[in-house]
Amino acid sequence: MTASGTFDEMWGTDGTLRAPYHRFHAWLGAEDRARLRAKQRDAEDLFRLTGITFNVYGKSEAEERLIPFDIIPRIIPGHEWARLCRGIEQRVRAINAFLHDIYHKQEIVKAGRIPEAMISRNDAFLPHMIGVEPPGGVYTHVVGVDLVCTGPGEFFVLEDNARTPSGVSYMLENRETMLQMFPELFSQNRVCPVQRYPADLRRSLAAAAPPGLDGEAVVAVLTPGIYNSAYFEHAFLADQMGVELVEGHDLRVVDGRVAMRTTGGYKPIDVLYRRVDDEFLDPLNFNPDSALGVPGIMDVYRAGRVTIANAPGTGIADDKAIYSYMPEIVEFYTGERPLLQNVQTWRCSEPGALAYVLDNLGELVVKEVHGSGGYGMLIGPTATKKDLAAFRRKLRARPGNYIAQPTLSLSTVPVFSRAGLAPRHVDLRPFVLVSPGNVHVTPGGLTRVALRKGSLVVNSSQGGGTKDTWVLED
Amino acid sequence: MLGKTANGLFWMSRYLERAENTARLIETGQRIALTRLGDSDEEWASVLKSAGVHAAFCAANEAVTKDAALNWMLRSRDNPSSVRSTIEDARRNARLVRTAITGEVWEAINATYMATDEMFARKVAERDLPGVLRRIRQHTALVRGMVHGTMMRNAIHDFLRIGTFLERADCTARIVDVKYYVLLPSVSAVGSPIDNVHWESILRAVSANGGFRMEYGPGGGPREIAHFLILDRCMPRSLAFCAGKLEENLRHLNAGNRGRVQSLRKVNDLQSRYLAHDVAAIFEYGLHEFIQDVLAHLAGLAHQIETDFRFYE
Repeated sequence: MTASGTFDEMWGTDGTLRAPYHRFHAWLGAEDRARLRAKQRDAEDLFRLTGITFNVYGKSEAEERLIPFDIIPRIIPGHEWARLCRGIEQRVRAINAFLHDIYHKQEIVKAGRIPEAMISRNDAFLPHMIGVEPPGGVYTHVVGVDLVCTGPGEFFVLEDNARTPSGVSYMLENRETMLQMFPELFSQNRVCPVQRYPADLRRSLAAAAPPGLDGEAVVAVLTPGIYNSAYFEHAFLADQMGVELVEGHDLRVVDGRVAMRTTGGYKPIDVLYRRVDDEFLDPLNFNPDSALGVPGIMDVYRAGRVTIANAPGTGIADDKAIYSYMPEIVEFYTGERPLLQNVQTWRCSEPGALAYVLDNLGELVVKEVHGSGGYGMLIGPTATKKDLAAFRRKLRARPGNYIAQPTLSLSTVPVFSRAGLAPRHVDLRPFVLVSPGNVHVTPGGLTRVALRKGSLVVNSSQGGGTKDTWVLED
Repeated sequence: MLGKTANGLFWMSRYLERAENTARLIETGQRIALTRLGDSDEEWASVLKSAGVHAAFCAANEAVTKDAALNWMLRSRDNPSSVRSTIEDARRNARLVRTAITGEVWEAINATYMATDEMFARKVAERDLPGVLRRIRQHTALVRGMVHGTMMRNAIHDFLRIGTFLERADCTARIVDVKYYVLLPSVSAVGSPIDNVHWESILRAVSANGGFRMEYGPGGGPREIAHFLILDRCMPRSLAFCAGKLEENLRHLNAGNRGRVQSLRKVNDLQSRYLAHDVAAIFEYGLHEFIQDVLAHLAGLAHQIETDFRFYE
């Protein structure tokens, strides 16, 4: 059962089994606890053998860890999903329109809907992209929208990951593992497949290739290398798409195009799905010390002879200070009311907001504007006096570096623990593919779960786990 | 295919082959040491030489003892050719080329790594040695089986094979190099008991004990052994056999590369200059000199392959 007030996706707020979980619950009731425990161990062995690991920053190079996997699926009914998708599509279209606008005419600034300084003084704004027309007009080819649920069908967007969202390999491998562990569940429940994602991704990337293609688009995945925390995912996606996995030192600019060194000479690339951050992309144009990128690639890009996915400079759209303007952004570009809710956000750069945040710090979540991975954030209700005092000092010293949000009552889903089922908080990251004129959301996503009782932090780097996410066909 | 990928495939299979060969050399050394016919420490020194790690061992250790030699070859991270180091390197290369190999091959390599990681966490006790060596052999055999059963026969497969056979030829040549003196005809026409032990150890070190018996019965002596290891075309670890496989795979790659593969010429050269004669001619030339020439040729071939297929810049 659940803590009072918290919405549990299996048991609601009042302990009544919710409809999407009916069949699953009947199956669970007939299962032997010991067999399930053995299955949970089998699942972990399977992950270890297939090498689905992530490398931990700051640890020795050889250290690879498993993200804990929980065998209880998170189930979303089809009608809730359909509504959610419309909201995601609207938001992602708005993000692409916003990116085009701020790198061209900046009409949203001229209309006074966003302060000019929010753009020009933003570290994530990339002047190199001003006036650049990305092939097919697409900025964010892949988006991972972080959502939290607070009640039946009530989703809030926590963050828009518009740079290089990761985690999609877990969506796919979690499903693969569940199919191997519990095939009978998929006969009993009509679960939407997620397995088409790699093929969809390849098609979607190829559709955004530069014009004047000679034959099929050559796609490649650019990785920082085997010591990157998400290397497994980079290799996995390249493998599943059937394209080359390249590093910066495999590439160079040859005859005005980006080309990869093959055993038979240099071969041009049309679309580079890069999993390298903007600043490392081109040592000639950005960070001169970067060994991860390709010297001169930005010049090829500006000449329209290669597609970089996602486009450089998209980081400004998932900046946490810009986030607070998302309702305005959606309305400005779509002319519609936003279908997805934003979490109320105080921009600490504004004196009034800062004063409110300082007064109510114990009830708020404070995040760094450019932070990610759950690092450098404060969760007021669980923070110690010392933490609170330290954050007050930080907020006063650099208010523009922070935003604050109310502590949401995140939904829970049961996990399979030693003592049986126990509710734990979850979030959801669906994956969105954008190609010219088309937005596609894969039915499912990555559910991250805070494995510690009561914890709200779901990040894998902070001890979170994952679950298979089912979208049911209605 | 990316030059980097070709490089990774080549080294992945080279390291796996090396791990397996080292395990086999250790097994042979242990067997000879236990027969107590020769000087055991002497034998471990020759095993270290055959594995090509003697000089580095001596720089890091005071004397050749069985325990030190075993530890150096099995689990020392200071020895880049120890079973542990080579399996870790094989897996690192496999991760690098994860997109080029099948899931089955990757899982077999990862399982090999997981098994050795566990076995080598502590010093290997003598009573556990046979089991440990057996598991290494089983795991590397599983990888080979998965390559055989699941990989497309294309350029990817060619690079895997080239790595395997170059490493294997190198290992066989080194075994002959270290033990050439016991194969010299002048030593004795009918082997003394100690000669017989050495001859057997050579054959065991290339897993050819049974094959040799089938081919020559109980009568084979040093001349036959030399022929078997160098020139026999059916023995899968002989120099001639390995060169034949290298030629075959380089010929495939050459066809795909518009005939510009220099290394194919080099392997043809190796075959016609060194592996087309009979064993009498080799003894006449000098077995030791012959093997030194072959080792230098193999090193040159490896370098040419790197250049031909743009492994690096």
